[in-house]
Amino acid sequence: MASVTFPQREPITAKAPAVRAVGILRHYGEGDTTVHALRGVDIEVAAGKLTAIMGPSGSGKSTLMHILAGLDQPDGGQVWIGDIEVTGLDDDGLTALRRDHIGFIFQFFNLLPMLTAQENVLLPLEIAGRTPDAHWYAELIDTVGLGERLTQRPSELSGGQQQRVAVARALASRPTVMFADEPTGNLDSTTSGEILALMRNLVDSFGQTTVMVTHDPHAAAIADRVLFLDDGQIVRDLDACDAHTVIATMKSCARHEARGAEGPVVAPRAGHAHRPRGGAGRCDGQRHVHPD
Amino acid sequence: MVSGTFILTDTINKAFDSIFQDSYAKTSAVISGREVVKDAASGNATVPAALLDRVRADDNVAQASGAIFNLSGVSDQTKLIGRDGESLGSSNNGQFGFGFNARDERFNPLSLTAGRWASGAGQVVIDKGTAEDHGYRVGDRIGAAAQGPVQQFRITGIARYGTVNSIGGATIAVFDVPTAQALLRKHGEYDAIFVAAREGVSSADLVRDLRAQVPAAAQVKSGAEQADADSKDTQEGTKFVQYFLLGFGFIALGVGAFVIFNTLSITLAQRVRELATLRTLGASRRQIKRSVLTEGLVMGVFASVLGLVLGLALAKGLNAMFQAFGIDLPQASTVIAPRTVIVALGLGIAVTLIASISPARRVTGIPPIAALREGATLPPRLSARRPSVPLTILAVGLAASLAGALGVFALGISMILVGVGALALFLGVIMIAGRLVGPLARVVGAPARRFGGPAGRLASGNSTRNTTRTATTAAALMIGLALVTLCATVFGGFGAATRSADEDAVSADYVVTSKSGFDTIPATVGAAVARIPGVKAVSGVRQDQAKAFGKEIVVNGIAPGFADTVDLRFQEGSAAVVPQLGGSGAIVNEGFADDHGLRLGSPLTLTTSAGRPVAVRVAAIVNPKAQITGDVLLSQATFDARFPRPSDLFVFVRTADGTSPAATAAIDRAVAGFPEVDARTRSAWLDFRGKDMRQFLALLYVLLALSVVVSLFGMVNALVLTVFERTREIGMMRAVGMTRRQVRRMVRHESIITALIGAGLGLPLGLVVAAAMAGALHTPFVLPVSSLVIFTIVAIIAGVLASIGPARRASRLNVLNALHYE
Repeated sequence: MASVTFPQREPITAKAPAVRAVGILRHYGEGDTTVHALRGVDIEVAAGKLTAIMGPSGSGKSTLMHILAGLDQPDGGQVWIGDIEVTGLDDDGLTALRRDHIGFIFQFFNLLPMLTAQENVLLPLEIAGRTPDAHWYAELIDTVGLGERLTQRPSELSGGQQQRVAVARALASRPTVMFADEPTGNLDSTTSGEILALMRNLVDSFGQTTVMVTHDPHAAAIADRVLFLDDGQIVRDLDACDAHTVIATMKSCARHEARGAEGPVVAPRAGHAHRPRGGAGRCDGQRHVHPD
Repeated sequence: MVSGTFILTDTINKAFDSIFQDSYAKTSAVISGREVVKDAASGNATVPAALLDRVRADDNVAQASGAIFNLSGVSDQTKLIGRDGESLGSSNNGQFGFGFNARDERFNPLSLTAGRWASGAGQVVIDKGTAEDHGYRVGDRIGAAAQGPVQQFRITGIARYGTVNSIGGATIAVFDVPTAQALLRKHGEYDAIFVAAREGVSSADLVRDLRAQVPAAAQVKSGAEQADADSKDTQEGTKFVQYFLLGFGFIALGVGAFVIFNTLSITLAQRVRELATLRTLGASRRQIKRSVLTEGLVMGVFASVLGLVLGLALAKGLNAMFQAFGIDLPQASTVIAPRTVIVALGLGIAVTLIASISPARRVTGIPPIAALREGATLPPRLSARRPSVPLTILAVGLAASLAGALGVFALGISMILVGVGALALFLGVIMIAGRLVGPLARVVGAPARRFGGPAGRLASGNSTRNTTRTATTAAALMIGLALVTLCATVFGGFGAATRSADEDAVSADYVVTSKSGFDTIPATVGAAVARIPGVKAVSGVRQDQAKAFGKEIVVNGIAPGFADTVDLRFQEGSAAVVPQLGGSGAIVNEGFADDHGLRLGSPLTLTTSAGRPVAVRVAAIVNPKAQITGDVLLSQATFDARFPRPSDLFVFVRTADGTSPAATAAIDRAVAGFPEVDARTRSAWLDFRGKDMRQFLALLYVLLALSVVVSLFGMVNALVLTVFERTREIGMMRAVGMTRRQVRRMVRHESIITALIGAGLGLPLGLVVAAAMAGALHTPFVLPVSSLVIFTIVAIIAGVLASIGPARRASRLNVLNALHYE
């Protein structure tokens, strides 16, 4: 679409990461009962790519995403989105950041029941007091595939359709990064597949930087890069891989984890032959953190 | 409120009881005039002074003393005049003038704290409370006035009434008997003769003995009996206060029931899954219902106990409020009767239980499967299932109101019809409110949508999400707003009616009345004004109570030229009879004539407040529009000859050349000697006539404000629960960039919209009922535009106030926790 007039932000080049985090620490509680959710995580999310963060329950993946998105404050370390330092912003600054640079997709859609699909999509723009860009909006609705559903309310839509509305809402303001928290967690497998395809498509056609937290191997399989988190640390870092690889990687983590309970920790080699670029790390934690 | 009312009135009664017991502590028997009418303008009936000698001659009497001592306090007052020429205290609180013989101190209910008793002309003893409040000491000079202009007295002593420093803001002046008789124009009369029995004679024996000797117009009571009789009179007054306040207490209680009902419904709606889970685990419907009712009971007990404690504080607050409106009630130590506790707790618990019946019933409709469903809701209420029920009630209400409004029935029946109609309308609107919320929210939400930004638009949408809840919340506020609208409109109509009637009927240039407007003034005031050069005619309207056909009636004595100043609207006979009434002619009111079958020439016998008969014939029948005169009008000469201590309610003045500054100054000078008398130009008087009504309306507003406050709690509750319920939603909106301010604004707008829905329901409802009442009462219906605007603003303020807490809570939600809130 040549006539797109939406004010483009600084072009994000491959060199400048969309999201960068250094030495993120997060713990809950005090003294003996302290639970370390994140033990010094460094991460760089490439612009225009889909990055998945995987890990078992309590691995700290959700906490990491919350901190990256400015929803939660780390106990140590720094986070940048684009060239804005997220850590150190006050509530107003964070609100502005979320409004201008971040889009969210949630597991439970979180649509407002009294608004139509269209009103839900445009809600963030309305809150920000901006007028939607007609061309971008049309393109977005077309891509997401909501055409005839726009005047319906969430209660009249299926789960998959509701999640499409949520995706459109996240992208309405053309955010620097879109964060997706278990986007398929509340959907059946067919619908999951459709939503994942949509997300992949958004990355491919719009270059939408996306960070997705999931424990669904099929979801992780569409990513350009998969980070495995366990016990508050990144234990694997894989480039695009299929669901098999993801499952296998997770199993290997789980095995080590089980072993870790009995004896000294052995740092494993990268798991699988046809994906040799798995990052080194440990899968030794017994602690299961439940920050949520 | 209920417990506060009981505590307040019990306390007042106790104070009065102790006052009256003190009054007759050392008295075996009291001889007083037999009461013909209550609260006569001329004061209590008296006994002739000659009776005292006969009583003293009785063998059983050790000591007897005649006194001027009238505690009824409504009329027959003696005002103490301060240094600035204004009277101390107010006629509402009693301004007593007593005459006691200094030698017969044993009968005097007051006891000296300084100086000595008054024993001669120009001497006075005043009560300690007044002395302290206004800085008077023994030896100071003070003015006093009763049935004449102000006279100066020297204070010879300060005294205390019984054990209390003052009687609820009253002022007391004690003179010697001849001085009091002169001041109150009771020459040769006593209010009471106090008698002490000789040793060995019981007070019952003495009373029996004396009864045989006193004339028929006098009565004898033992001291204790007299105290009981006196306190019964005042208790009737307190009873009125009690019913009046209780009425408002019940309104607040009704609103409270709504709030409880709504809160319970909301909390239960949130627990649908939990309750359904209980059902899957084998709990029966009955058990679930009982658990809800038990919850209601516990809540009711807790709240009632709290209410009882608050009632204590409220009793003080109510007293302060009455003081602010110029009514000082006597106070003793606070009385909490067992009745107060039982009624307050009983009512509180009962109301809570009743309010929880409907939610409890609905809860039983939750199927066990609801445990597994996302977003299961409570089954709807009966009225929501069958819309015909509220519609029928509304139709009945409208029909009854309309029938009453047409005014074709007798006033009593019309009012009952309007009352029943009003109740049905209230009930119907409350039941159907849920259906009106949608359209109303669209209307009252328009400003929020237009000017409130996205927050306003979201708030507008939020307010219609659960229409039943919004409706119940708004309905609580609606009740209060409907009632104030009703009062404002009805009283506004009354005011307009009084004013136009007065305007049409009265053509005087000046009107002289007491400062309060309803007390009478000495007849000498009119004479003083008549002496002013340039005054063409003075027409005093004497007034007193009398008895006829076994009922108390109002009798006036009118001057020959009365019909020139006031239009009486003669139905039979003509204005020509006024100067020719003579000693036997009477003009009667049409209503009075109809009630008793009187026609021109019918004989009529009245009994004056002093017990004397007056026989007259009907010379004319009138139906005046303005409320100036009473049931029967006599010539002034006849009135003055038959009624004790004649006094005027109005003095109408005509001057040679109308109203002028010079004439105003001259008349003001003429009445300056009389405290509590005001001369007003016709237009100033017309304004003044509405003053009491406006004050009463203000009192009603204050009391109704209570129910608005209760509904405010309901709004806060509903909002808190709404915020609670939408936690995740708010978290999402914050996540997509909503600022804290926007969140606060959203909650605030929703609250305002709810309040405005209450106003949108309440104001029209109040107007409809007021219109029906106006029809039944034949008063004009005047749309109180400015009041309606004010009430709407009050509703908005209520909305803003209610939202402060919940809005803050919503804006401070931790985004992350909110997002993960289930």
